[in-house]
Amino acid sequence: MTPTTPLGRTAVALDERFAGAKGMRKLLNKVFPDHWSFMLGEIALYSFIVLLLSGVYLTLWFKPSMTEVVYNGSYMPLHGVRMSEAYASTLNISFDVRGGLLMRQIHHWAALFFVSSISVHMLRVFFTGAFRKPRELNWIIGVILLILAVVEGFAGYSLPDDLLSGTGLRIAQAIMLASPLFGTWMAFFVFGGEFPGLDFIPRLYTVHVLLIPLIFLGLIGAHVGMVFYQKHTQYPGPGRTNKNVVGYPLLPVYIAKAGGFFFAVFGVIATLGALVTINPVWLFGPYVPNQVSAGSQPDWYMGFLDGAVRIMPNWEVHLWSHTLSLNLVVPAMLMPTALIGLVVAYPWLEAWATGRTGEHHLLDRPRNVPTRTALGAAFLSFYLLLFIASGDDIISTTFHLAFNDITFLFRVLIFVVPVLVFWVTKRIALSLQRRDIDRLMHGNETGNVLRLPHGEFIEVHAPVNERDRARILSNPAIEPLPMPPATDAAGVRTPNYRAKRLQAKVSHFFYGDRIPMPSAEEIAAAQAHLDAGHHGHDELTH
Amino acid sequence: MTQDHPAIDPSRPQAAEVAHEWRAADLDPVAERRAERQVAGLFGAATLLILASVLIYGFTDYNATVGVPLLGDVNVINVFMGLTFGLGVFCIGAGAIHWAKKLMPDVEVVEDRHPLTSDEEARAAFAETFAAGVADSGILKRGILRRSLLGAMALFPLPLIVLLRDLGPAPTHGQLNHTIWRAGTRLVTDVTYLPIKAADVPVGGLVNAVPENLPQVEEQDGTLNARAKSVIIVVRLNERDIIAQQGGTPSAPWDYQGILAYSKVCTHVGCPISLYEQRTHHLLCPCHQSTFDLADAGKVVFGPAARNMPQLPITVDAEGYLIARSDFQQPVGPSFWERA
Repeated sequence: MTPTTPLGRTAVALDERFAGAKGMRKLLNKVFPDHWSFMLGEIALYSFIVLLLSGVYLTLWFKPSMTEVVYNGSYMPLHGVRMSEAYASTLNISFDVRGGLLMRQIHHWAALFFVSSISVHMLRVFFTGAFRKPRELNWIIGVILLILAVVEGFAGYSLPDDLLSGTGLRIAQAIMLASPLFGTWMAFFVFGGEFPGLDFIPRLYTVHVLLIPLIFLGLIGAHVGMVFYQKHTQYPGPGRTNKNVVGYPLLPVYIAKAGGFFFAVFGVIATLGALVTINPVWLFGPYVPNQVSAGSQPDWYMGFLDGAVRIMPNWEVHLWSHTLSLNLVVPAMLMPTALIGLVVAYPWLEAWATGRTGEHHLLDRPRNVPTRTALGAAFLSFYLLLFIASGDDIISTTFHLAFNDITFLFRVLIFVVPVLVFWVTKRIALSLQRRDIDRLMHGNETGNVLRLPHGEFIEVHAPVNERDRARILSNPAIEPLPMPPATDAAGVRTPNYRAKRLQAKVSHFFYGDRIPMPSAEEIAAAQAHLDAGHHGHDELTH
Repeated sequence: MTQDHPAIDPSRPQAAEVAHEWRAADLDPVAERRAERQVAGLFGAATLLILASVLIYGFTDYNATVGVPLLGDVNVINVFMGLTFGLGVFCIGAGAIHWAKKLMPDVEVVEDRHPLTSDEEARAAFAETFAAGVADSGILKRGILRRSLLGAMALFPLPLIVLLRDLGPAPTHGQLNHTIWRAGTRLVTDVTYLPIKAADVPVGGLVNAVPENLPQVEEQDGTLNARAKSVIIVVRLNERDIIAQQGGTPSAPWDYQGILAYSKVCTHVGCPISLYEQRTHHLLCPCHQSTFDLADAGKVVFGPAARNMPQLPITVDAEGYLIARSDFQQPVGPSFWERA
């Protein structure tokens, strides 16, 4: 076949060099399941592209230098003020480069979108069990991407060297100083000596525009590549099984939708950048170590750390002429490390408690795995409480409360609320399962009330539709692992008895409270009952 | 090994296929043409909006402003170029998605998944090839080669780490524990650098102060390091209100007739403390709400800070200006490991 169009000739020329026809055809036919929650990760990817584009523009004018200059640009309130070149060039971008402020604001909004969408995407992945085998490694890559996004965001808003970001850097330096053993050395190495020095902004700049973006590129490539290779998970529904993928082919539908969505995300970010002021550094003024503004707040993703630092009691240990600042080591180092460790280990913990080894491609409905959902909700409440605690001064001034009381309250709530949230969430999830089974067995209420010949009133129930039926039937109703016997019939002690007993206990914690699914016969009987025109709960006994 | 999801367990009832619901544009040519017009309209709007954004850039003065309801006076290029560009780009996306949803086939297709596990045969073949390759290399047999290679490889990153040594100087006792305050250094007001006469500080008053030689030090040094450690606040209390101080003797007190000098750098994470409540003599850090009582040796009364605010011993010189008696007697700012 000789191609006649230019596109065809190009394709042939490429195929003569790479023999890609077969693979490319498969790629074009690749199926992607459709669901709104799958777009959260796409938002993260697209805001990353917007970050790269807008970031390149900013580098063309930004000067990463802490050398002092006297400002004489067009922002009159700061005329004649001494400031670092970094801050002066940020003012220059904001006021003297045409559209510069737009680029800055697009970059900052894209960064907020990036961190936010990664966070919400991770919550989706967690609550639907998409992290299970075979996707545990991609879960870890996701965790690393989130941590890097937070670090990169902090680096980004620290670069302008304004009063707000300088205060943030001072806090970061103090946390370094507080690290046991090598903290002082680390702070001196990172800052090139004492705070603030002249080295830090240029170093941070290299990290922000080169080092972390390179790691991002590699990890995002691996992340998306794994989704491609392992194929996307899908929600339960009619015809959807653990062994197939139901959705739209790459060409044309997915390309149009995903490609279009990139432009939609870009459009929203650019519109926000045009209309909504973000990080107005000219109002904060240049960084001076002896000034600070009350009500200083970091970008939202640093809030939970700040909140933890605020509510931590002022413990400091002095031993053998050394100082251990527990008031920083615990909230700013141990707490985040423990959280990250928990999140990274979770897929293996759950698999161990479940005792299953197979592949999982069909997503869970959160209600069907009550303990996981409750753990996630408890984690979220812990995080949100720390986040709210970072605004204790704002709460104090807004509601005219003593911040002393607020702080003490948070010290209690941080332990009590997650437990309550766990319990409530688990109960809600179990109740939703009962409701599902009720709908499956007795049908949906229609609101039509029928009067029977003998005078009785009943409400007509209609069978659930196929889509809901498939979703309800997807409940795995996992049973907990049985307690291992201490010894077998011959009286020989079970190998690894303690480990197995612990596993059974954890399994019981996860799956002890369960709503068993009715058997196929029971469902068929209920179905026949409904189809025969009998309606309502009262007539059916099982 | 692969355990099926219960939903496809044959003993459980299987979900039936659902009949496809056709869209208006699939059945009705009028609806189809309407959808086509809508998509074309979005792409057309995108073209015009993006063109407008370039024209706004080209034909507007760079600092032209215009009053907009809700936004106030805004820069024309930033707001209107951004707005037209953003909406234009959004229209491209909206058009493409609308096209996909209304006009492209919406019949879902099914693709099989294959287990992500190789079969035993493939694994065995891989293990065999790998073992053969390792054997061919001789790395297991030739221990001397293996060990000498490991030694070289272990040292290979060392120079790269050593080269990082000059990232910064080693922390010194002087840097960690001292500031530029010396005996006799005059306290001068921050920003204006005027010496402070003791008689001019009223009871209840507060002055932000720095050492008099700070401008010269900054001129030589080029950094803000000295400032970051030496800033102080000077307050005057009724002498009978002062409960305790961090040092001093009746003959050489650390205050001067109720005038106290304390570091301005929070002992928690180093924020400059700026909120002083005259009635309670409390000093509040705006970063994490650590509160210090200046009447009671600067001790922590609330918040995450662990250490008292360091006090600077002061007195007056012959002309009645406030001077330091010495440097701080403890390190200022946040704690660090080597701090005694």
